[in-house]
Amino acid sequence: MAGYLAQRVIQSAFILLGIAAFTFLLLYLVPADPAVQLAGRSATAQTVANIRRELGLDQPLATQFLRYLGNLLHGDLGRSYAQKTDVATLIGARLPASLTLMAAGIAAELAIGLTLGVLAAVHRNSLLDRGLMIASFTTISAPQFLVALFLLYLFAATLGWFPMSGFGSAAHVVLPAMTLGILGAGWYARIVRSTMIDVLDQDYIRTARAKGVAESSVVLRHALPNALLPVVAMIGIDIGQFMSGLVVVEAVFGWPGIGQLAWQAIQQVDIPIIMGVTLVSAFAIVLGNLVADLIAPFVDPRIRLR
Amino acid sequence: MRVLGELLRRPTALFGSLVIAAVLALALGAPWLAPYAPDDQLFEGLTLEGAPLPPNGQFWLGTDTLGRDLLSRVLYGARTSLLIGLVANGLAVGVGLLVGMVAGYARGLVGTALMRFTDLMMAFPALLLAIVLAAILRPSLWIVALVIALVNWVQVARIVFTETTALVERDFILAERSLGAGHARILGLHVAPHLVATAIVWGTLGIATTVLLEATLSFLGIGVQPPQPSWGNIIFESQSYFTTAPWLVFFPGLAILLTALSFNLVGDSLRDILDPTQRGRG
Repeated sequence: MAGYLAQRVIQSAFILLGIAAFTFLLLYLVPADPAVQLAGRSATAQTVANIRRELGLDQPLATQFLRYLGNLLHGDLGRSYAQKTDVATLIGARLPASLTLMAAGIAAELAIGLTLGVLAAVHRNSLLDRGLMIASFTTISAPQFLVALFLLYLFAATLGWFPMSGFGSAAHVVLPAMTLGILGAGWYARIVRSTMIDVLDQDYIRTARAKGVAESSVVLRHALPNALLPVVAMIGIDIGQFMSGLVVVEAVFGWPGIGQLAWQAIQQVDIPIIMGVTLVSAFAIVLGNLVADLIAPFVDPRIRLR
Repeated sequence: MRVLGELLRRPTALFGSLVIAAVLALALGAPWLAPYAPDDQLFEGLTLEGAPLPPNGQFWLGTDTLGRDLLSRVLYGARTSLLIGLVANGLAVGVGLLVGMVAGYARGLVGTALMRFTDLMMAFPALLLAIVLAAILRPSLWIVALVIALVNWVQVARIVFTETTALVERDFILAERSLGAGHARILGLHVAPHLVATAIVWGTLGIATTVLLEATLSFLGIGVQPPQPSWGNIIFESQSYFTTAPWLVFFPGLAILLTALSFNLVGDSLRDILDPTQRGRG
């Protein structure tokens, strides 16, 4: 157990190192000179040269990378070109909003996905099952911005149940969380249906039914817990989906999180912010996968860690 | 032929195939089918107050905020979206096959290095990586296709890697090797044919992902650049009017949804048919 844990943690650390190297190199793909960007358009050649020396941009690439890594370990993600502030501060200020949205999104997708998946499995091959599976396929095939615009049109512009955009009250979180959740709900419904069908065919379920356990109890207490393992693994993977989705959803709904920060940075080609958000997201994904792997044995004791 | 027959017997796959055929025909025939040029700003395409027209007898799908015919733009947009879908996904599947096959066959240091690199790519949020790349490399149609391919090859590589490692253990590969066949011969003639099914399935499913990614990038304004229409950038250009002129979002949105759905339905059925162990499951 401890050996496996150590191995996974070391592996994750290497992936993070690789990601840091990758984002660092991205900076050099950009035609724009960071020193000129930071100094502003009206700066003198002397100012630009000073900034370049200050940032160590006159040093060899390897030295620069080590310095970049050192800064990362201190939580320093560089300075924004446009806002002239620390990227870490900017991201830190917006992280709570994004995390709130993500938590609401995960809750939405689990609630919808598990319910529909169990329903489809219990009524296997019925009209309901087929309808649900086609619906889940449709949500998987819909781009998130389209879902967002559709929900806005229906529930905000036409029915007026929820506000168009903004942040602050519980009503504001509903539509963006639904947008994030609908895509995942389709996946969960399909996976839960498929594992539930396997589980429901097993002998211990037949035994439970034979000894007269109520059907609802068979499904929810005997079968469902065993069908949840892939769901746990998926939540880990989901964090990656969500990080991507945040950019779109926060842009459409005007949600003041890191996705919106990245979106604004894209418009201004503010590379340090884009790099910072990418790094933070990649970090979240690696962490998510790690945690999903580590809690798997607690959800399903049949799994032994080696 | 058997596969095709079985495919067309499934209602969902039949529906998907018909939609794909229709979209292909409309895209190819756009220059003849489109009633107007896609970038023609028509005087009669706007109301006297300068607002876009809803669908009517003259403009079947309505007009956009510049008075351009939406039907013509959606038809030409199909060309862009499908072209990117095919090129980007073809590239992604090609690279994925190559990397997965080489890594699974060579193993050792090369194999480990390649697979650790795909692990690394998996840890990046796909859309975010595409956004970063597209924002950095001034977007054009080919850059968008390249960016999407760069993000999407990873999944194919992982699946092909797993299949190749299993294949390489089989006796016929060992026999081939003991007969003195070179690496290229074994990979090209004996491993690759077993991966055709995987390539077909991912070649189909991947187009759905690609079309969605292109639409999303274009919607964020870093995909295909106006005036060249793509389904995503038609919505991008008119998103602030979507409450007053919903048809500008509805029709291109429907095109994206139907196309992605169809490729998903056909790809999923192909996976069922080509991989009998998956038969009858979700």
